[in-house]
Amino acid sequence: MIRERNLNALVLILLFTVPIWAFFNDQPFTITLATRAVIFALAAVGLNICLGLGGLVSFGHAVFFGIGGYAMGILAHHAQTYTPLMEAPFLIEGTKSMPVIWLVAMITSAFAALFIGMLSLRTAGVYFIMITLAFGQMLYFFSISWTSYGGEDGLSIYVRNEFPGINTLVPVNFFIICFVILCLVVALNAFIKKSPFGLALNSARQVPQRVLTVGLNPTHLKLVAFVISGVITGLAGALFADLNRFVSPTMFSWQTSGEIMIFIILGGVARLCGPIIGAVTFVMLEHFLGGISDFWHIYLGILLLVIVLFAPGGLVGLITGRGISHD
Amino acid sequence: MPTILIIEQILNGLQFGIMLFLMAAGLTLIFGVMGLINLAHGSLYMIGAFAAATVAGLTGSFVLALIAAMAAAAIAGVLVEMLVIRRLYSTNHLDQVLATFALILIFSEGTRLIFGSFPLFLNIPDYFSGPVTLLGGIEYPLYRLVLIFVGLAVAGALGLLINGTRIGIQIRAGKNDREMIAALGVDISKLYTLVFALGAALAGLSGALVGAIQSVQVGMGEPVLILAFVVIVIGGIGSIKGALIGALLVGLTDTLGGVFLPEIFKLFMEPNAAQTSGSALASMAIYILMGFVLIWRPTGLFGTRL
Amino acid sequence: MTDPILATHNLHKSFAALKATDDVSINLYPGEIHAIIGPNGAGKSTLISQICGELKPNSGRIELLGQDVTLANTLARAKAGIGRTFQISALAMEDTVLQNVMLGAIGACGSPWRFFKPILSDTRLRNIAIEALVRVGLQSQMSTLTSELSHGQRRQLEVAVALTLKPKAFIMDEPMAGLGAEGSKVLTKFLDNLRGEAPILLVEHDMNAVFALADRISVLVYGKIIETGTVATIRSSKAVREAYLGDGE
Repeated sequence: MIRERNLNALVLILLFTVPIWAFFNDQPFTITLATRAVIFALAAVGLNICLGLGGLVSFGHAVFFGIGGYAMGILAHHAQTYTPLMEAPFLIEGTKSMPVIWLVAMITSAFAALFIGMLSLRTAGVYFIMITLAFGQMLYFFSISWTSYGGEDGLSIYVRNEFPGINTLVPVNFFIICFVILCLVVALNAFIKKSPFGLALNSARQVPQRVLTVGLNPTHLKLVAFVISGVITGLAGALFADLNRFVSPTMFSWQTSGEIMIFIILGGVARLCGPIIGAVTFVMLEHFLGGISDFWHIYLGILLLVIVLFAPGGLVGLITGRGISHD
Repeated sequence: MPTILIIEQILNGLQFGIMLFLMAAGLTLIFGVMGLINLAHGSLYMIGAFAAATVAGLTGSFVLALIAAMAAAAIAGVLVEMLVIRRLYSTNHLDQVLATFALILIFSEGTRLIFGSFPLFLNIPDYFSGPVTLLGGIEYPLYRLVLIFVGLAVAGALGLLINGTRIGIQIRAGKNDREMIAALGVDISKLYTLVFALGAALAGLSGALVGAIQSVQVGMGEPVLILAFVVIVIGGIGSIKGALIGALLVGLTDTLGGVFLPEIFKLFMEPNAAQTSGSALASMAIYILMGFVLIWRPTGLFGTRL
Repeated sequence: MTDPILATHNLHKSFAALKATDDVSINLYPGEIHAIIGPNGAGKSTLISQICGELKPNSGRIELLGQDVTLANTLARAKAGIGRTFQISALAMEDTVLQNVMLGAIGACGSPWRFFKPILSDTRLRNIAIEALVRVGLQSQMSTLTSELSHGQRRQLEVAVALTLKPKAFIMDEPMAGLGAEGSKVLTKFLDNLRGEAPILLVEHDMNAVFALADRISVLVYGKIIETGTVATIRSSKAVREAYLGDGE
């Protein structure tokens, strides 16, 4: 049995050294896989803030993943075709700059999360799950029918976007950018968990009536958690689109929402590094099982079922020997 | 706009809605009685369609195909209930969502493994094919009309079952008070399996019926599943009446929105833009409907439980 | 006489045909413990819910420090100074004792919108929390998980959370329930001293505690107050005796 803190450190170190090793041994595909895992982990760390801490089972986080993706797609599309995004009332041009794209992705996600959260938090339980799912579907169908940006076919970007001072065309550089962001967000998550906000949110999940009687509004706490969570997942979406140099409505699909949830469950709910372990496991399964069998989703399904039924603490719970229960 | 087109589209909406009801009824019963969210309900729909296509291909009989669809879905439902679902009744919604999501993966890939990725075809039987002339000279496909009647008949039978039989009383009691019906000597675990089988059979039936007008393929269940969720959320989770009304609302909104919204937009926009934004809005219409219903009544039209 | 801290005026609440609260007017004056007693189903919980803002009365008014709070929600009333303990402990069972009290401290400071500073190194919040724990005698259990506390300790923790808020009035819903003789005695002594800080509206079944503590007692039967007075008045009241004996207690 390993302590959770040591496990966290081990995971981050491994996640960093494997692609660096791959870089020196000229194995670019491994770097791409690792980048994919890091970005999935980022999306899941985002979801874990509202799901793990706030107890909000959002089945619609693909909304933010997709918004981030399309923020990148639309801005880069306009930049590569040299067409302005908007001319009146003022001119907005596309951009190939990652920081600008990230900012747009995060701000748009924040507004979307605020809007969706305000409506969805009027409900609770199953209704919350369903209404967030419905918002996801809404944007999914919207992105399919909105033909200006590729509709069902999606948008391709020819060259990866730029980051000042770093050559992002080198896979390992892009990996490092993503990895640094992941570390920052995990640190943010760790801070939030220990902060007054985190404590109040955690109580709002367990005993909302108690939070009310100490004069705090549990709905506001959950809404803020939902927004923070959406912003992070949105950023992950922008990075994911950049990794693939492609966005499509699939990013909005409910399977995407389900997968982000799977990362968390595989790893362990409300664990700091649960989502990372989950995402890495998922990408490895996808790669290795997918290489053996076209039907690898069966094995993923079985694994998931076993974890839900027999190991509620996820992989982190198994490794550290401490399960955690949530209601 | 010609009246004929409007009536035709209303009938299409009704047909779509009533098929959604068959799915939604099972979901809402299962949630109402056992408190379980079952994402794998779409897989049972798919199993029904595949069973029907296989049996129809072997025997050529549509009636046998429908029976096979219901039987296969019910058997799959019972197996799943006894092996997996039973362990989930006392857990939280998150676990239920994930475990049943896992079941979707297993069922979908399993079906692909057996039947391959190409769609199967299930033909409308000869005696139901072709158009029929309705009052006012409207030509409408007979089979779709049959679907509406079959759906209404099932809805009626379900109403009788819930309101008029001993099983129905137990199901209604199970919604309100589990301990009570256990105390009355009802074998609760048998009741749960029965309700699950009933819901599964209905899903299988609708999969087979719809499979004859669309193609039978892996992944066909999930879009319908999500619509069925929208239906029960609008109607109020647990309520059969809510499921019926929600299904019709969703069916009509989706069908009529898709046809008429672009037309309406053309009144004040140029045709191309009207087509794009009209159909974009139409594709979101039912979710917007659901949003409004939940803002107005957070537990749906006929729901009480939050 | 001074003005009451908390007062209800002609409160009515019915559920269908059942009058759960029937013309209830009670006052809570500074420095007193005002106990509400009554047989099961008399409407004590309904009354508490209305005072704390979870239920809206059909008619009547509720005043806190002279302000009409009848239409204010639970949150606003908590902010205005109502400190409540729950009959069935409402504590975050996954968290430690200290974390539970910290929640009260965050509420007392008014803002949960700090995301970076670790709460355990925030000396202001920590002091508020620890002071409350020391007062109820739970400081040695600070890092224990709440789920591992005994029933009595959870009741103490409930009180500690309310203490952090420095409320203008305490509303305590059966704080002695399930405590046992020794626990009741300790808590009784504690509440006895607490009344100087803020008055207590005490709903309680434990008659020994009520008679030991209450300055005044109101007896609630079928939603109506049938008698209000000192311990001696209530003990000798014929109406009260009938109500209780008639109910077979």
